Amino acid sequence: MFYLMPDKEKQRTARVDWRKRFPELAKKANSPALKRYYQAGIVANDTPIKEVPLVAVDFETTGMDPNQHGIISVAIVPMTLARIELNGAQQWIVKPRRTLTEESITIHGITHSAIAAAPDFEQLIAPLLDAVAGKVWVVHYQGIERPFLQRALQDRINETIHFPIIDTMEIEARFYRKPPSLWDKLTGKKPASIRLADSRQRYNLPFYAPHDAMTDAIASAELLQAQVAHHFNPDTPLSELLVNTL
Amino acid sequence: MEAEHTEILNFLRRYSPFNELPEEELSIAASNTSIAYFKADSQVLEFNQSISYWHIVRSGSVETYHRNGDLYNRLSEGGFFGEAGLLRKGKVRYPVKTIEDTLIYYIPGELFNRFFDEYEAFADAVEVEEHRRVSSAVKERESRNNTLAVKVEKLITREPVAIDKSATIAEAAARMTNEKVSSLLIYDGEKQQKPVGIITDKDLRKRVLAVDKDPNSAVADIMSEDLTFIYSNQRVFEALLTMLRTNLHHLPVLDSAKVVGVIALSDVARHESQSSLYVVSSIFKQTTIEELATLVPDVHKSYVRMVEEDANSRIIGSAMATIGRSFKQRLLELAEEKYGPPPVPYCFLALGSMARDEQTVVTDQDNAMVLHDDYDVKKHDQYFLDIAQFVSDGLNACGYTYCTGDIMATNRKWRQPLKEWKKYFTDWIEDPSPETLLHASIFFDLEGVKGETKYADELNQLIRSKAAGNKRFLGSMARNALNRTPPLGFFKDFLMEKDGKHRDSINTKRRGTGPVADLIRVHALAIGSRQRNSFARLDDIIKAGILPEGRGPDLRDALELISMVRIRHQALALEAGDPPDNNVAPEDLSDFERKNLKDAFQILSNAQKYLRYKYSGA
Repeated sequence: MFYLMPDKEKQRTARVDWRKRFPELAKKANSPALKRYYQAGIVANDTPIKEVPLVAVDFETTGMDPNQHGIISVAIVPMTLARIELNGAQQWIVKPRRTLTEESITIHGITHSAIAAAPDFEQLIAPLLDAVAGKVWVVHYQGIERPFLQRALQDRINETIHFPIIDTMEIEARFYRKPPSLWDKLTGKKPASIRLADSRQRYNLPFYAPHDAMTDAIASAELLQAQVAHHFNPDTPLSELLVNTL
Repeated sequence: MEAEHTEILNFLRRYSPFNELPEEELSIAASNTSIAYFKADSQVLEFNQSISYWHIVRSGSVETYHRNGDLYNRLSEGGFFGEAGLLRKGKVRYPVKTIEDTLIYYIPGELFNRFFDEYEAFADAVEVEEHRRVSSAVKERESRNNTLAVKVEKLITREPVAIDKSATIAEAAARMTNEKVSSLLIYDGEKQQKPVGIITDKDLRKRVLAVDKDPNSAVADIMSEDLTFIYSNQRVFEALLTMLRTNLHHLPVLDSAKVVGVIALSDVARHESQSSLYVVSSIFKQTTIEELATLVPDVHKSYVRMVEEDANSRIIGSAMATIGRSFKQRLLELAEEKYGPPPVPYCFLALGSMARDEQTVVTDQDNAMVLHDDYDVKKHDQYFLDIAQFVSDGLNACGYTYCTGDIMATNRKWRQPLKEWKKYFTDWIEDPSPETLLHASIFFDLEGVKGETKYADELNQLIRSKAAGNKRFLGSMARNALNRTPPLGFFKDFLMEKDGKHRDSINTKRRGTGPVADLIRVHALAIGSRQRNSFARLDDIIKAGILPEGRGPDLRDALELISMVRIRHQALALEAGDPPDNNVAPEDLSDFERKNLKDAFQILSNAQKYLRYKYSGA
């Protein structure tokens, strides 16, 4: 599909050359897991999306602020544009260092006992980074996974992490969150919701019960496939889909 | 940590055939699923591409096509495809295209094949092709619920009758006579639970009277030992099988080591046709049309009972035809009482479904009269018109509505001497055209129900000798048989409907059982079959080997399925107090029935194509 990108969004596309950046980051990394992760490398920004190894990731957390809240569950699902592969999917429950509120228990359906028995995120660093190595992250709303991961690493190995990411919410915003016109403002027209469940509905994707890390990861993975099918094409370069934050 | 795919699992649990799998296998399936999204109008599978996944429609809908581009099927949420390719050479047989934005779940082919091999219920539900699907639906129903699947305990009507082994043969015989039983259990002492032997009427004949044995000798001398028991929770068909295998006509029934009764072969036989036989015997006791009409509720009750007991369509069709014939016969008896004996001999004919033993409760009267060749219009016709009118009015009062096509003996054209009838048939067969045969095809299913039934035999003989091998005639009959087609397009639309509202319905007779009977008739005429019942004709046709391999049994299953959908629909209406009809609304069908009905119609459609091909030479 032919897609004219507004100037503003053009600026937002990735300007970081991740393929060059990863070896540099590998040199700086101290933790062996992090070093391995960077050494695995990453595809060039101009790689057609159909050839990009991807991984859909979802964290369930005790809240929205990485400085106050912690990760309680992590799910990853490897995928490509053509297929989401559940047999490579993994899910972990971890014990957050920050307190767990009753409210977040109700939302995520993970019990105190399951969390009490769960390991610290530190145990997860190596398996998680190995599992996502060489793959581009796909999340719905980048304000969670990357900041929480960065904070968790900071706390445990005193290092940070940088990697390219596709945010299906940001993509959705490009198409359904145009700045409201005067007319919209006058008539009080509400902007379209770009929440995961609402976005999925636009593409005739089935309703999945939210707030389970695995289900949400799969839901975002499917949403990306649908977005590319409708707004892009398999040859669209990766850079057009990436968000431009470090 | 092992990932749990709750959403995928929940989805699979909702639909057949996945829900036939045990939970742990479903988990394996879910964690090996891959997923892909397709925009509307995308090709999912191309013909002959290799295939290694089973495809499940998670949302949206797809169409599958025949190679020639004809629509084969439409599938929506819960539908699946690709199994035919997986079970064959791993090549796609039916190309698939999305018609809406669609999400597909893929199950690895090896996993599908393993499930298919290991879980019979799953494999049954998958039904690789429509004929297998229909066939298993029919069989499952038969094994699950038919008359013979009723538990043995249902047939026990009384406590077992017994006598001590020290009793004499004469005492035993007296006991049997008093108790009106055909068998007697023999015990050794009172405390024992199990009998030591049994005697039957036959033993009294063969082991006593025939050999001139002293009736005062001990009954133990003539009893059969080594009893064969049946358990009360076993099925009637098992009892029947045991009887056939052992050649025993009486089986003591055990319930936790105690004999609770004896069932006889006659009990099994009676069980099967009990209800309709009762109606038939009542018919012959009535003395006026009004009295006969009071039996209609009983007819309906026995119809519903047969459906509830899951008798198959052949049993039901034949029971209803027997009832219909009995009404006719009784009405003719009453007519002859009223108008006197016939001036010349005659034969009253049943035509169509009654002659084929395929009646339901929704049927009009198709009848005719064959008169002796001495018949003289001026002298005799008033009499025959009178009784024809009497019978016709009587039938109408008993629920057999007047024939809209005027194929009734009240129409002079269908009240003719034998020689005229022979001319009719000779004409129809030797100088046929689809037009002349359009209304005549019904006459090719004819049966004498009263009077000189040999006239009917003569006509059937004439048909057999002239029709077989007459290409022009068969060609014309075939063309007429193709006039009514199955409602395939209906299901297309049906699948597309999402709001669950369907104003249309399927006429299961006009577009289902009717066309099947028509096409079977053509083949039956071609091979000179003596049978009239469609199932019996089909057996002859299969034996004659004129159908491609496997098509005959497919057609039999399709006919059974469509017939039962129609019959059940009518039974439900009767129970609800509504007038029964042939129009089945798809929302009244279960998913299972709908799927199978669709496949049955596909088989009918294929059979029609073959009929056209085979007889179009005329």
